[in-house]
Amino acid sequence: MAAIRPAGDFDISYAHDMAVIRRPWQWAAAVGLVAFLFAVPAFSPPQFLDALNLIGIFLVSVQGLAILVGYTGQISLGQAAFMTVGAYASAVLTKYAGVPFWFALPLAGLGAGLVGLIFGLPSLRIKGFYLAMATLAAQFIIPWIFRGFWVATLGGATGIQEIPVPRLAGFAFDSEWGMYFIILVVAILTTIAMKNLARTRTGRAFVAIRDNDLAAEVLGINIVAYKLRAFFLSAFYAGLAGSLWAHYLRSINPEQLDLIDSVWMLGMVIVGGMGSALGPILGTVFIRLLRELVSTLTPNLNDMLPGLGANLAGLGPLVFGFALALFLVFEPHGLALAAVFPLAV
Amino acid sequence: MAFKSVKLGVENIHLSFGGTSALTGVSFDVLEGEILAVIGPNGAGKTSTLNCINGFYQPDQGQITFFPTGSERRDITRLPAYRIAKLGIARTFQNIALYTGLNTLDNLMAARHVHMKQSMLAGMLYFGSARQEEIAHREAVEEIIDFLEIEHIRKSVVGALPYGLRKRVELGRALALEPQMLLLDEPMAGMNVEEKEDMARFILDIHERRGVTILLIEHDMGLVMDIADRIVVLDFGIKIAEGTPDTIRQDPNVIKAYLGEESQHKT
Ligand SMILES: Nc1ncnc2c1ncn2[C@@H]1O[C@H](COP(=O)(O)OP(=O)(O)O)[C@@H](O)[C@H]1O
Ligand SMILES: [Mg+2]
Repeated sequence: MAAIRPAGDFDISYAHDMAVIRRPWQWAAAVGLVAFLFAVPAFSPPQFLDALNLIGIFLVSVQGLAILVGYTGQISLGQAAFMTVGAYASAVLTKYAGVPFWFALPLAGLGAGLVGLIFGLPSLRIKGFYLAMATLAAQFIIPWIFRGFWVATLGGATGIQEIPVPRLAGFAFDSEWGMYFIILVVAILTTIAMKNLARTRTGRAFVAIRDNDLAAEVLGINIVAYKLRAFFLSAFYAGLAGSLWAHYLRSINPEQLDLIDSVWMLGMVIVGGMGSALGPILGTVFIRLLRELVSTLTPNLNDMLPGLGANLAGLGPLVFGFALALFLVFEPHGLALAAVFPLAV
Repeated sequence: MAFKSVKLGVENIHLSFGGTSALTGVSFDVLEGEILAVIGPNGAGKTSTLNCINGFYQPDQGQITFFPTGSERRDITRLPAYRIAKLGIARTFQNIALYTGLNTLDNLMAARHVHMKQSMLAGMLYFGSARQEEIAHREAVEEIIDFLEIEHIRKSVVGALPYGLRKRVELGRALALEPQMLLLDEPMAGMNVEEKEDMARFILDIHERRGVTILLIEHDMGLVMDIADRIVVLDFGIKIAEGTPDTIRQDPNVIKAYLGEESQHKT
């Protein structure tokens, strides 16, 4: 499918052809959109900002997962655990080591990235379903470590409370709208970085591995190195998201982000459409809204079908997770909403 | 044309799968700047030979030596495939193995990988030298696209292209690696006469203009006799003949192996 471009958009040079934003009106639209996003707190109630903040935090993590799953063709059920690593790292650094949030944020990414790298090691040997099972281990081992080790610092099952508020030049980001700006800036930067990655050397190597790992190796790509890079980057994004999560909720415990969150995030990647920068945004917004809907409907379901309803509500996420796993095994390129929006790829 | 030196030495290669042996003591040299054709009936071990050369398979026994231009000879027998590519050996596959989700341009750009230096972080920032590098390599890739006359499908996702064009894109991808040596596994299989002629013309052009040494597997005997400088014949994993097209044409062993296959095809 050829990319469709606005009439009159002739490529005057390769540099121009390779630019993401080519036309003055596209610049205007991009600037307008960003300005609008920054203006949102001016007319939004706190509950709405809260929903947006959670969407933003998960978006960052889902983008990371999209790099791993959508671009590189790997799979991970550990993304929520890597977020937990980032959250704890950021909480400990700011609360006990006095590190400012602005430094703790990238360090949380780095820490989570390294942990992700370790859990990515099985990808060098196994694929698909078995890799999903191997990464699932992260989801059990990581909370277990946070529950049982260094309890004096990490707080065991109750976790860490009163995580410091980010501050800049005397201003405290302790409200929904304060954190909204931080989350927005981080999400914009990660979106741009992901888009750039996709159109440069490393991103092409990732997709080459996804589409044909044998050919990729024969054409000079060190598959081992690039799979591990993808796992690192994916968990790095999760770590950033985890740090944002910790400083937004101001408390973290080992069970806050669990397997179900990992499965939902995988769902966001798949539903959004893999291999485009727009995919994670569509997927995250859509699934977060769906999740809100399910959690408001579940009590009603209980009323309608007493007894059975409770069981059904428990089964819902499981069935959803199973369907997603099957989807990935049999239809690795996903629904690709991107196909509906070819302009946005 | 005078051939100077050996470009690639294949020495006494043995390869087996389970109990069955696919290659038995195969040896031959590919000379600098020649087009060497490897022919033989189906299952003779032609593809397996290429797979050993580019590190896809590890032979049980034997040695493969590459002589890169301007540097020391290298024993590449146990080298990982990506390192062999980096030394300057590129290939195409019998069953096309493109990056189906990428467009033509990105398939070729992906093969520039070994010539690019930018880090992951520099790419994500798309700033300064990373951007310069992308543009410079885009120019190199556009040259190949012009040469192979595939400008019109530059931005088409390759998975959806017709067979003949995909074969051509795959040749382009191998060229984008700027190889010293090209391994082509049945580049004209399944093509119509016109497409075959185009492909033969491209191969001869690559050979002449870029001075690339070519190792070619091909079934169409007429074409092989036309374009190859020398021919190696395999049958049941054994080299049964080697020589110029004229000597091969008259070789009784070759005639026997091929008549056998022809009659199989007819029935
Ligand atoms: N990966 C493999 N596993 C098992 N047998 C193989 C494999 N690759 C090749 N063979 C066997 O090796 C022999 C040679 O195959 P191949 O090199 O593909 O032949 P050609 O390319 O000449 O048609 C065949 O008998 C084939 O079945
Ligand atoms: Mg073959």
